Amino acid sequence: MNSKEILYNYCLRLGDDALILGQRLSELCSKGPILEEDLAQTNIALDMIGRAQALFNYASEINGGKNTADDIAYRRPEFQYRNHLLVEQPNEDFAHVIARQLYISAFEVLFYGSLENSKDSILASIASKTIKEIKYHLQHASDWTVRLGDGTPESTFKMQRAINNLWMYTGELFEMDSIDDQLLKSGIGVDKSPLIEKWRKQIQATLSEATLTMPEEMFMQSGGKQGVHTEHMGHLLSEMQYLQRAYPDAKW
Amino acid sequence: MKNLHNDESFQKRIDANEHVEPRDYMPEGYRKHLIRQISQHAHSEVIGMQPEGNWITRAPSLRAKQILLAKIQDEGGHGLYLYSAAETLGVSREEMIEQLHSGKAKYSNIFNYPALNWADIGAIGWLVDGAAIVNQVSLQRTSYGPYSRAMIRICKEESFHQRQGYEIMCKMMAGTLEQKQMAQDAMNRWWWPALMMFGPHDSDSPHTGDAVKWKIKRESNDTLRQKFIDKTVQQAELIGLVIPDKDLKWNAQNGHYDHGTINWEEFFEVINGKGPCNKQRLEHHKKYHLEGEWVREAATAHKMKKIKRERHHLTH
Amino acid sequence: MENLQDNQFDVWEVFIQSKPGLPHIHAGNVHATDKKMAVQNARDTYTRRGEGTSIWVVPSLNVTASDPDENEMLFDPSNDKMYRHPTFYILPEGAKNI
Repeated sequence: MNSKEILYNYCLRLGDDALILGQRLSELCSKGPILEEDLAQTNIALDMIGRAQALFNYASEINGGKNTADDIAYRRPEFQYRNHLLVEQPNEDFAHVIARQLYISAFEVLFYGSLENSKDSILASIASKTIKEIKYHLQHASDWTVRLGDGTPESTFKMQRAINNLWMYTGELFEMDSIDDQLLKSGIGVDKSPLIEKWRKQIQATLSEATLTMPEEMFMQSGGKQGVHTEHMGHLLSEMQYLQRAYPDAKW
Repeated sequence: MKNLHNDESFQKRIDANEHVEPRDYMPEGYRKHLIRQISQHAHSEVIGMQPEGNWITRAPSLRAKQILLAKIQDEGGHGLYLYSAAETLGVSREEMIEQLHSGKAKYSNIFNYPALNWADIGAIGWLVDGAAIVNQVSLQRTSYGPYSRAMIRICKEESFHQRQGYEIMCKMMAGTLEQKQMAQDAMNRWWWPALMMFGPHDSDSPHTGDAVKWKIKRESNDTLRQKFIDKTVQQAELIGLVIPDKDLKWNAQNGHYDHGTINWEEFFEVINGKGPCNKQRLEHHKKYHLEGEWVREAATAHKMKKIKRERHHLTH
Repeated sequence: MENLQDNQFDVWEVFIQSKPGLPHIHAGNVHATDKKMAVQNARDTYTRRGEGTSIWVVPSLNVTASDPDENEMLFDPSNDKMYRHPTFYILPEGAKNI
């Protein structure tokens, strides 16, 4: 891969995380536990899709306009999506929605905080806009983790279960591969390895306030960044891409 | 003006175009009418999230997805403003939701129709929101202060809803043959239900009398319906959509469009639960309300624990 | 406040300031179980279009309203105190900057 292709792929990875989580969150519309929370989840979904749009616009530009942001979002086969496995995990229940958001937002606060210093001015400016949104997502998710963890016996059980179930998808967030390494070298990308300690501290603090326990060490799943997804991904895409696939000649 | 506790002085305040505020004296009938109307309005916003929500995950572009999400979110917000207005009359949101679930409280009939293709999202924004806006603009002058303030906020926010719907219709009508077919199909299915949104003809409307006297309702069903038809016909013609009413024609004498007979039989059947989606819409609301129960219980339990801990901390 | 039966949370009144320097104005209410949730819910409900620079939330039960039956006693007495208004005063013609 040349440097352009590397940067293009980097944008897809970041954009896909935002797109796929945005898609998951948009499934929740009209299903919230209380009307106010419905609006809150929609706001987070909107932040995510807006971020995906910004990153795909940039990817499209890098690619010389050969494909538009919508082409990138809607017209790739599953194995070309580069998101982390965590964000494609389904909305099993509200505890899973919150645990997924807690894990990813705690990571993104650190990641985008570092990306703000990128030598690539466009990525840096997307990061500065994004970091404000993510801080809110993290606060929202942390507060709910505490309420559910330290709520009723049923909610404690469900929150702990979600924390445990999704744990195996968190290792992937900190993996560095050749794309990460090369962009780190050129001062564009983020060094994710030092983030893991801060992330764990953050999660630990929230879980202990929530009277929950950190999951035990376990084998971590990965593959999303290489396009190898969980079974949930195909269903998510077939729904998301339905109109684009069924009417390929149409403009929307 | 004096806030005397009798219906006569109340009516004088209304006639003088004064607003009524939550703690003012109001006849029991006025309060009941408002609770029924505002809670029905709130439920309509909330149930109205479903037909459009059916397409969020399939919205065909990033732009369309964001617009639709924001619009549905607005509807939730508007439901919230309206619940908030109704609460000032001494009814809790919990009671209102119970009444919705028991069938005692209604919501707008229009949401008992299905959203079958992407153009339905256009038609809902353009026709359904278009019809709702005509009604809501009129309600900004309603006599109950909190309701009026909610309507003003809602109208301000909804101004983009109709435009986004019409924009979808325009794009579809400028698109492929299949897209045009979808647009006309949506038009055919939504036109008549949209006209029914204004309610029965003035001559058959059971609630209009008091509501007009109390200035809760400011204009009659037929007047509002006519306004909607008059402004919509040109918009349809401009993009080549055919309004599915062979009797629709311009009446130069009165300066309005004449329209064909509305199928009121269907209207009452749908109100009475026989519409295509009545059961589905209510079941959806019940299901997720029930699914959320443990979350609400947890949040409340957490609050109680915190209060207890603070008290414990204070006494030791 | 402590009614566990009503599972739609407590009601909070929301006041939004649209720009620094302007007053906080009542916007409506939200339901929430704690202060943080109330502020977040108010943010997501009432400032979706950049309407806000600051939010106040107050439990509705802590708001005391004047009694409309006392309106005459409370508000009428101020109606005849015209000397509180600048237009009450007669000044010679030609007086400037006053």
